[in-house]
Amino acid sequence: MVGTDKRLKIVMVAFVYILLFVIVLCMLVPYVWMISASLKLNKDVFSFPIQWIPALPRWQNYVDIWNRIPLGLFIFNTAKLAIVVTFLQLLTSSFAAYAFSKLRFKGRNLLFLGYIATIAIPWQAYMVPQFIMMRSLGLNNTHLAIICLQAFSAFGVFLMRQFYQGIPDELCEAARIDGLSEYGIWARIMVPLSKPALSTLTIFTFVSTWNDFLGPMIYLTKTPLKTIQIGLRMFISQYSAEYGLIMAASVVSIIPVLIVFLGLQKYFVQGIASSGIKG
Amino acid sequence: MQNETRLEAGKPEKVFLSKGVREHLVAYSFIAPNFIGFAVFTLLPMFFAFVLAFVKWDGANPMAFIGINNFTRLIHDTTFHKALWNTVVYTVGVVPVTMICALGLAILLNQKIFARNFLRTVVFFPYVASLVAVAAVWNFIFSPTLGPLNNILHAITGVPIEELPRWAADKDWAMFTVVLFTVWKSMGYYMVIYLAGLQGINPELYEAAQLDGANAWRRFRNVTVPQLAPTTFFVLMILVINSFKVYDIFINLFAGADNQLNDSTRVMVYQIYNTAFRSLDYGYASAMAIVLFLLVLGITIVQFNGEKKYG
Repeated sequence: MVGTDKRLKIVMVAFVYILLFVIVLCMLVPYVWMISASLKLNKDVFSFPIQWIPALPRWQNYVDIWNRIPLGLFIFNTAKLAIVVTFLQLLTSSFAAYAFSKLRFKGRNLLFLGYIATIAIPWQAYMVPQFIMMRSLGLNNTHLAIICLQAFSAFGVFLMRQFYQGIPDELCEAARIDGLSEYGIWARIMVPLSKPALSTLTIFTFVSTWNDFLGPMIYLTKTPLKTIQIGLRMFISQYSAEYGLIMAASVVSIIPVLIVFLGLQKYFVQGIASSGIKG
Repeated sequence: MQNETRLEAGKPEKVFLSKGVREHLVAYSFIAPNFIGFAVFTLLPMFFAFVLAFVKWDGANPMAFIGINNFTRLIHDTTFHKALWNTVVYTVGVVPVTMICALGLAILLNQKIFARNFLRTVVFFPYVASLVAVAAVWNFIFSPTLGPLNNILHAITGVPIEELPRWAADKDWAMFTVVLFTVWKSMGYYMVIYLAGLQGINPELYEAAQLDGANAWRRFRNVTVPQLAPTTFFVLMILVINSFKVYDIFINLFAGADNQLNDSTRVMVYQIYNTAFRSLDYGYASAMAIVLFLLVLGITIVQFNGEKKYG
């Protein structure tokens, strides 16, 4: 009896590891193919059986992409937007969240409910009137439009408030007695204590602004203003047969997100876990 | 805001504002930077969307109020019906497959197994990787005659390449291809939510079940499933809502220009985008957006009631 149990267990474990192997393969092969193709000539990209490591890696692809499209400019634009949006998000969200969690004032619950209620409304449902409004303000074809669009999210306020709720009120009380102003409490106590929440919001905002597609597509129609996602897509449709170059540009466009993600992923996963499930 | 800073710094007893008012001003000053931006760029357009749905406007000529005409037009618009239908088909395809994969992976990667954190990262990464880039790769992988996928299938099964599915290039397979890609790209996100749910289950429940002689399947059936009900409900709702908002996956997975989007892959947001920004029919596009909004609102209300029941 014990013997069959043991054998069953070994079979189970073997099955799990085979399954894991298949999953890893499915998840990783596209990237490996992407990198591999980015180092090949067009004629070799589709050769079968697949030559995973090209005999003569063509690094030239990574040089050419910068000349074919203003890749540097696109990356600069995207980085600028992502950094400004993230900074504004962190600042204004944590500022508002402080009032919502630690201060008492008239209309607090009503106002916060207003924030929450809009989280579920998809942006796609009001993107048209928003565009018309921005255009009448003269903001279409400006980076400011994307910044205004992304920088003031209800989600950020919600996330930061959830975290601040967990910080004991007594801490703020003690600081008040010591003569610290509310701004001082925010700057010297709340901000330093909320590094995990700030990291989570940073990665959420940075990644979503970096990867945003529809927003820049609607607002940024002039080439010098475009972001990496729009530029890459333009490049793909323009040079649809230059596989090696497209893959090289794709690899380049993923690297910044990979760096931010790997650097802060611990917080990111925690953040999804804690913000996903209602607090 | 500057004023309040000065008030705070000055001697409180000499200030003409009472303590209560001052406290309120301080609180509002904390909220103001976010709220003003939020009100102007989010709340205002939300209300404007309702107004716009009842007008005819091309953005240049004067606006004309046309009552519910945009909505009656929607009732007879077969292209919009098709887009709505495609969105529903996509949702019905994506939701169950993603949920099963996400839950399975979460259970698997919640065990003490080799390289667990690495595996979680690998599964999660497609979610944060740029859509345009990964869609480009899959486009090549799916490519009918040259692509590695069909070549591998050919090598394994021996079926001639011409008889294999043409994936994104075939209108009968296009939706299936998009669903497959979506599951690959986003299941890591839902896996993380499930992982959080699993970690919230009291281990004593499993110990008790084991003492009662429940095998792995019964433990899953009678402990994991009921304990995860709120998480499952949450994941279900988020998945449905996200599926209704889909657009970028469709236009990126079909190589070349988006005019390749044929009837079988045109979704609601594509229709809204096209009507507004190509046909410049802002009122009509807003009416479509209201339909999208109402659908999502309906789902959210179901979620609230469900949470009361299962949460």
